[in-house]
Amino acid sequence: MTGGHTSPIEETARVPDTDASPSPADMIAEVIGLIPHAQSLGMETIHATRGMAIMKLPYDERLVGNPENGVVHGGAVTTLIDTVAGIAAITTPKVPLRVATLDLRIDYLRPATPRLPLFAMAEVYKSTRQIAFLRATAYQDGPQDLVASATGTFMFVGPRPPGSKH
Amino acid sequence: MTVELGPIIRAAREANDPTPIVEAIPYARFLGISARAEEAVLLTTLAFSEGNIGNPAVPAIHGGVVGAFLENTAILQLLWALETVHVPKTITITLDYLRTAGPAETYARATVTKLGSRVANVRAFAWQADESKPVAGANANFLVTPPDE
Repeated sequence: MTGGHTSPIEETARVPDTDASPSPADMIAEVIGLIPHAQSLGMETIHATRGMAIMKLPYDERLVGNPENGVVHGGAVTTLIDTVAGIAAITTPKVPLRVATLDLRIDYLRPATPRLPLFAMAEVYKSTRQIAFLRATAYQDGPQDLVASATGTFMFVGPRPPGSKH
Repeated sequence: MTVELGPIIRAAREANDPTPIVEAIPYARFLGISARAEEAVLLTTLAFSEGNIGNPAVPAIHGGVVGAFLENTAILQLLWALETVHVPKTITITLDYLRTAGPAETYARATVTKLGSRVANVRAFAWQADESKPVAGANANFLVTPPDE
């Protein structure tokens, strides 16, 4: 089957259909808790609705890519964007599904300012039965001064039988 | 943070061992990246760690980590093979996720496809057990600082 890395997540990727269900924000907080790498970076969800999410990545010297100036590595921005986009994508379908990133294109518009947190916002602008198309941005002080802009596609992946090959 | 990279990079090239360059980049260390020189090309390794997992149910390494590993590999290759002693700035990177990256060591190599006076285009691939089955690929453009600046 088509591969792709797998972003969050399985059973918890359930969008509430009734008012009695947990809110998208609560659901996503739970999903984030299940991503070890998001935990190790201290990522948190700031806001989430169906097909849209905003997350925060605190500044951390372990993420520095240029030791001459303390600027965070582009790869850390990629990780933040991949996570927030995966989160926005899983809130789209009504049945619980995993998502796998198919591709991501990231434009780095300016270096992130050292010692400030990064935020990223992702939104699903089109979702089909199999694929979610997303736009995402990363910023610090506000969305008018972007650090990065990205587009990506994510594939919905049904629950896989245990032990099956991929 | 005011580490001067120039002497570290020049000494590493002189000794034909990229390790001090990798060690000088905090994020490469944090992810668990190492590198060794195969003549002009670096072979990089991403050690497996639980902290790099994105989905424990599969389990799979976080796609962001795989992308970051490719970007690191491209940058390290530029620092290794070019004259520059400054970390190249990523302008754009396009990542294709081809297979699940499972809980194992991941390897990568990068090729400089075009080197202009200011911009370098680099392609990189990552794989796990079988180099002919890449888990992800990257195509990136970097702004490169000339060595005398």
